Amino acid sequence: MSRDKTKLLYAETHEWVDVAEENGQQVATIGISDFAIEQLNDLVYMELPEVGKALDAGDEFGEVESVKAVSPLYSPIAGEVTDAHESLPDELDNLNSDPFNFGWIVKIKITDASGLESLMDYAAYQKQCAESG
Amino acid sequence: MTASESTSTANVATTPLDAWHREAGAKMVPFAGYEMPIQYDSIVKEHQACRSAAALFDVSHMGRLRFDGASSETLLDRLLTRKVTGMPVGTVRYGMVCNEDGGILDDVLVSYLKTPSDSHYHLLVVNASNRQKIIDWITPQLDDFPDVTFSDRTELTAMIAVQGPLAMEVCKRLFSFDPSRLKYYRATITDQFSKPAIVSRTGYTGEDGLELIVRAEEATRVWENIVLAGRDAGFVPAGLGARDTLRMEAGMPLYGHELNETIDPITAGLKFACSLGDRKFIGRDAIEAALANGPKQQRIGLFLDGKRPAREESPVLCEGKVVGKVTSGGPSPTLGRPIAMAMVDTSVAENKHFEVDIRGKLAAATRTSLPFYRRPA
Repeated sequence: MSRDKTKLLYAETHEWVDVAEENGQQVATIGISDFAIEQLNDLVYMELPEVGKALDAGDEFGEVESVKAVSPLYSPIAGEVTDAHESLPDELDNLNSDPFNFGWIVKIKITDASGLESLMDYAAYQKQCAESG
Repeated sequence: MTASESTSTANVATTPLDAWHREAGAKMVPFAGYEMPIQYDSIVKEHQACRSAAALFDVSHMGRLRFDGASSETLLDRLLTRKVTGMPVGTVRYGMVCNEDGGILDDVLVSYLKTPSDSHYHLLVVNASNRQKIIDWITPQLDDFPDVTFSDRTELTAMIAVQGPLAMEVCKRLFSFDPSRLKYYRATITDQFSKPAIVSRTGYTGEDGLELIVRAEEATRVWENIVLAGRDAGFVPAGLGARDTLRMEAGMPLYGHELNETIDPITAGLKFACSLGDRKFIGRDAIEAALANGPKQQRIGLFLDGKRPAREESPVLCEGKVVGKVTSGGPSPTLGRPIAMAMVDTSVAENKHFEVDIRGKLAAATRTSLPFYRRPA
């Protein structure tokens, strides 16, 4: 099933979050937005976290690198990494073309859901992008 | 990820091509006091166009300093590591301005030009980031040369680089003079549709091509002429992003990265740009000492294993010990792998195997001779 980008939550730092219930746990799937990818342009490298890593909201969990610069990836939510998209760093072209489905980066088992409240909905995120673009 | 670089426009100058860049959708960034295009489309595409066809670069931010008067060459001889006296008309030389300790204040191109009215002058092209520093360095020296008129032509002119294997083919249609008759590192004053232009066969990409200096008010017209003339041949405008990846592949140093005031020309691997002979110039003694003692560090080229590029400041290790650091690094679009230039201790500079510490993770690296890329003959 294809993810609808208008139904996702967004961090100021351009990560998207899709929260779903898996085995009675709240799990966040995290990626980076189409806007972010366009801004970065020419992706060359991605560093992923190890499964099991514990993160607070705002912690760096990896990085994405373009020809010109390195950008840290920040966890929008507190939790534990349960899965990382290991093949993604070798298929960055596909991240470019499908950032919301194929381009998922990590899954995090949420340990503190309160952080979700500070994330933006799609409309608010679009507004932020328009102002910075 | 973090928000993109700030593009605040406080106290930032613009080049005469600014409106064209914005109209073309360029991403603009502040660089050395100017708002400059970093890319129009994709850095990789712009880079590849330069290697396969040609790319146009607005390099108007570079400083252009003019010296009129018979003793200009004597003044410049005192300032530059390269001999200026006796340069034939129409030649260009690469050299450095050093301080007394041999520290590099800037790396520059000096040209000796003849105007259509048969007067002669020297032109110094300096890095944008060093323009004011060099003006401040030169100004007190002028007292000893009262016949020299020194003028900063940067704001009155624009500078455009056209670089790539097809650059000459297309550009020769645009001038009354056939620029392919210019040899490498030669320059002339000609005209482009009856307006004066300084044309030199120089560049900073490793490709054949030209650099043009035209009056600021003519810049957009000249730029558009080249864009249109080169459209079918695959010319594209390219920003500072591609300019950096191109010069890195070509193994060319960039001031502030490979060069700075704590590095002398010998350490920087630029002995070829020092003419010692029996002449005197500022920094000569220090450069001679560096030559006699041998440099403590040397500039080397590295290929990195894997896909992760090393960036400036990454420590370089040899047999587990830190021996230097990366001065410039990134992906090489032509070679498809990460490349880096590094300054390392002379004692290990001939070693083959190194490691680079990229934010806490070690990547294996193999030394390679510079440049990384040489254009096909």
